[in-house]
Amino acid sequence: MTDQKNNSNNIVKNIIRRDDVVILQIVGEIDMHSSTELRGELLEISQNPPAQTIINMSEVDFMDSSGVAVLIEALQLHRRNSSQLKLVGINQRVRSIFEISRLDTIFEIYDSEDEAISA
Amino acid sequence: MTEKTEQKPPIIEVRALTKSFGSQQVLTGINLDVYEGEIMVVMGGSGCGKSTLLRHLIGSIVPDKGSIKLFNREISTMSEPELNDVRKRFGILFQSGALINSMTVGDNVALPIREHTALDERTIEIMVKIKLELVNLREHADKMPAQLSGGMKKRAGLARAIALDPQILFYDEPSAGLDPVTSAEIDQLIIDLTRKLNVTSVVVTHEMDSAFTIADRMCMLDKGIILKVDTRREFELLRESSVEKLSNQRDQLIRQFLRGDAEGPLTRCKEKSNYEEDLLERV
Ligand SMILES: Nc1ncnc2c1ncn2[C@@H]1O[C@H](COP(=O)(O)OP(=O)(O)OP(=O)(O)O)[C@@H](O)[C@H]1O
Ligand SMILES: [Mg+2]
Repeated sequence: MTDQKNNSNNIVKNIIRRDDVVILQIVGEIDMHSSTELRGELLEISQNPPAQTIINMSEVDFMDSSGVAVLIEALQLHRRNSSQLKLVGINQRVRSIFEISRLDTIFEIYDSEDEAISA
Repeated sequence: MTEKTEQKPPIIEVRALTKSFGSQQVLTGINLDVYEGEIMVVMGGSGCGKSTLLRHLIGSIVPDKGSIKLFNREISTMSEPELNDVRKRFGILFQSGALINSMTVGDNVALPIREHTALDERTIEIMVKIKLELVNLREHADKMPAQLSGGMKKRAGLARAIALDPQILFYDEPSAGLDPVTSAEIDQLIIDLTRKLNVTSVVVTHEMDSAFTIADRMCMLDKGIILKVDTRREFELLRESSVEKLSNQRDQLIRQFLRGDAEGPLTRCKEKSNYEEDLLERV
């Protein structure tokens, strides 16, 4: 697993594996095109899941329902393996798409990575 | 909201739109701007041209004259492939719901996603559940349209209209034929989609309660002419004002329509129509 990824859409900015935590930092717009890339990354992580995966979304400006769907699938896979998936740094615009889908309570959402890891 | 958004260019811009079917002029010199994130309600009597205006906005009718811009692009002269590209960015809820009868509700909602994206089936399946939950139909995903009530069909149509997370939603009579509770739910959904996702909505409706619940701005059509475009507040004031205070017939007519009064310029207009001549000429 490399520390730095350079994909066509550049949705994945950074991925760090340490101990039992994977921190995935994603950036930009998660839409019907780029969510496929996010899915690929999350499936890869879910195949050999850490105790917890933290997705840092503080640099995600926009996410549509395909992005939400991809996160839900990853959450299913994590739960099946008794590992945790946590979201960090969601801005108001992104939070809205969760809220309108009535999914703001299904995910564990934190303000910072540290807070998420220790929670 | 309107004051703020009016600084930006409109997301829909109609200029001098004129349309005739045969010898009947249905729309005359329509000018209309709709701004991002607002709900524009289009009102008017039956046959005044509301659906025809809507069908121009979605590119399914070409105007005789005038210009129609969506996302700042002229659509009235677009080729089919160009138009399809724009169509991905808006959703439509038709008067009838327009579901495909041979497909389950779930597949109806999935259809535009399958057609327009390369998303994995697993992702699509979850998206469909999210959309159906929004309209309270998740438990009915496997039903066929024939097994749904009128209101459920409308809601399924709405789930399909929002399948691709559109930026603009067009509604033709979304609450017609629905019970008051379902109709209020649809109103709330239109408001939620607009406020939370910054969707822009154009809603054609007869239902005054619904119109005044959801509208940021309103537009009154009469015989193919726009009588008035203004904020909901202005229309409320007009509705509540007394007839004596209204100097012009146009305002009196709009007031009558908004109040659903049987007496007023609307009915007087009808009396002066060519009914008698028509009957007598043919004898
Ligand atoms: N394709 C068409 N060919 C010929 N005439 C048409 C066509 N579509 C609409 N019209 C006519 O244009 C006029 C306006 O119709 P339209 O459907 O826009 O009315 P509306 O305001 O939506 O009415 P309603 O409230 O009853 O739905 C009507 O007189 C109708 O008969
Ligand atoms: Mg109509």
